[in-house]
Amino acid sequence: MSGAHQTCEPARVEELLRTLAPTVLGVLVRRYGDFGTCEDAVQEALLAAAVQWAAEGVPANPPGWLVRVAARRWTELWRSDTARRRREETAALLSPPEPEPAPASDDTLTLLMLCCHPSLTPASQVALTLRAVGGLSTAEIARALLVPPATAAQRISRAKQTIRASGATFGMPPPDERSARMAAVTEVLYLVFNEGYTASSGSALHRVELTAEAVRLTRQLHALLPQDGEVAGLLALMRLTDARRPARVGPDGALIPLADQDRSRWDAAAVAEGVALISRTLAHGPVGPYQLQAAIAAVHDEAPRAEETDWPQILTLYDLLDAVAPGPMVTLNRVVAVAMVHGPQAGLRHLAAAEADPALADHHRLHAVRAHLLDLAGDHEAACARYELAARRTLNLPEQRYLRLRAARAGRPPEAGPGR
Amino acid sequence: MKYVILIHSNPAAWDALSEAQKVEVGRRHLALTDDLAASGELIVTEALADPSLTRHVMVRDGRTVAGDGPFAEVKEHLAGFYLVDCDSMDRALAHAARLAPYGEIEVRPVMDLHAVLDV
Repeated sequence: MSGAHQTCEPARVEELLRTLAPTVLGVLVRRYGDFGTCEDAVQEALLAAAVQWAAEGVPANPPGWLVRVAARRWTELWRSDTARRRREETAALLSPPEPEPAPASDDTLTLLMLCCHPSLTPASQVALTLRAVGGLSTAEIARALLVPPATAAQRISRAKQTIRASGATFGMPPPDERSARMAAVTEVLYLVFNEGYTASSGSALHRVELTAEAVRLTRQLHALLPQDGEVAGLLALMRLTDARRPARVGPDGALIPLADQDRSRWDAAAVAEGVALISRTLAHGPVGPYQLQAAIAAVHDEAPRAEETDWPQILTLYDLLDAVAPGPMVTLNRVVAVAMVHGPQAGLRHLAAAEADPALADHHRLHAVRAHLLDLAGDHEAACARYELAARRTLNLPEQRYLRLRAARAGRPPEAGPGR
Repeated sequence: MKYVILIHSNPAAWDALSEAQKVEVGRRHLALTDDLAASGELIVTEALADPSLTRHVMVRDGRTVAGDGPFAEVKEHLAGFYLVDCDSMDRALAHAARLAPYGEIEVRPVMDLHAVLDV
């Protein structure tokens, strides 16, 4: 090593800043109250730190440094606000007292609850959570969500205005709202996770890894609330799903369905972590939808080959899921499990009943499942037509490509080759 | 979800509008653009130049040729578009409906590139 002062790798600085972001924001909001302005001030302190720490090294007390810089910035923002200019004397009274050390309590949960306030749309909840809790910059959020920076910036500032207008304060919601708010929090984390599953590689170079970010935030939440079975279930579901990532896309960029994946390429450590976590969680407490989905993912991940999948157990889990959290996709997935246990004709009978749900009547996934069951039943011509129909209906490019491939394969006589 | 709102214009119908109505169309576009930007749903919007300025690009015998194109007798042309990111088709339709009194408005979902979780 040469050089007078110790410099730090930008990636490590970045990681440290993202961890500190909610803590620093918590200190500021406690001190000044106004979430929107505090958030802007923290964001600017993070940007300043990213530059300065990478060049000059990490200060002795990183959260203290951030609080000090953010507080100074808050004062400037407050003073430059023309609407408040007349009250500047009050501002002077409020200007930063002594920098505080990091607080004893963790504000991450309070912040998550605030970012998932029911007055916000899901898109705004996601953007605000990534910024206020995840410590991402607006530019990074825009790249991650595939929208222009101006759109992301507007979404964040509007979300802050909406929160202010709703009169929400920085504190835990009242007990009777808490479970609904927790559901919103887990849903936002799950949205962030799914948002990361983009097959696009075009601008992937500088994309923030949203799946990793979702796992990081969920892990934090799980550490804060180890007794919450649904948070544990969500974390397990993420790990068990993400474990298959290396096998999900072929060298040509095409999606590979679960049954055809090369299971030796799955991330064994992630599978082990997910299985251990969900097994531990299911043993106590009430069972919720994320736990059941994680349990289903675990059954899939534990099968050494697709043919060895324990479908009767999966069907039982879908029965439970259907009772706890019914929905069109649960219905369809359950139909597939029925077909795997009782044969394609039984599946087709269940599918006819499922079609009565208006949410499913012309849904591409319904057509895709019917195609799959017809194919299994040996009616390749009808399967081909249904795959084509599903391909026309889907809004997802990789899925469309996959469905067209299945249509072509179903149209061909089966002696083309085994398996793949 | 991203949606594109396509505005098809019929020159004959446009010419039949009064000056006040033409101004009203412009107002509606400005108001919609402002509202979409404020709500964080606007990705981009553009008005397109007159169709007489259109050039068509073709490859003939390995050579690229640009020309006015063999597309005469088109009653309607694409006059502009909005690319929006909103929560549902219904929401996109509600935005589009604000333009509907003056023109043929088409709303179409945009394909996304997310790798679906369990096909």
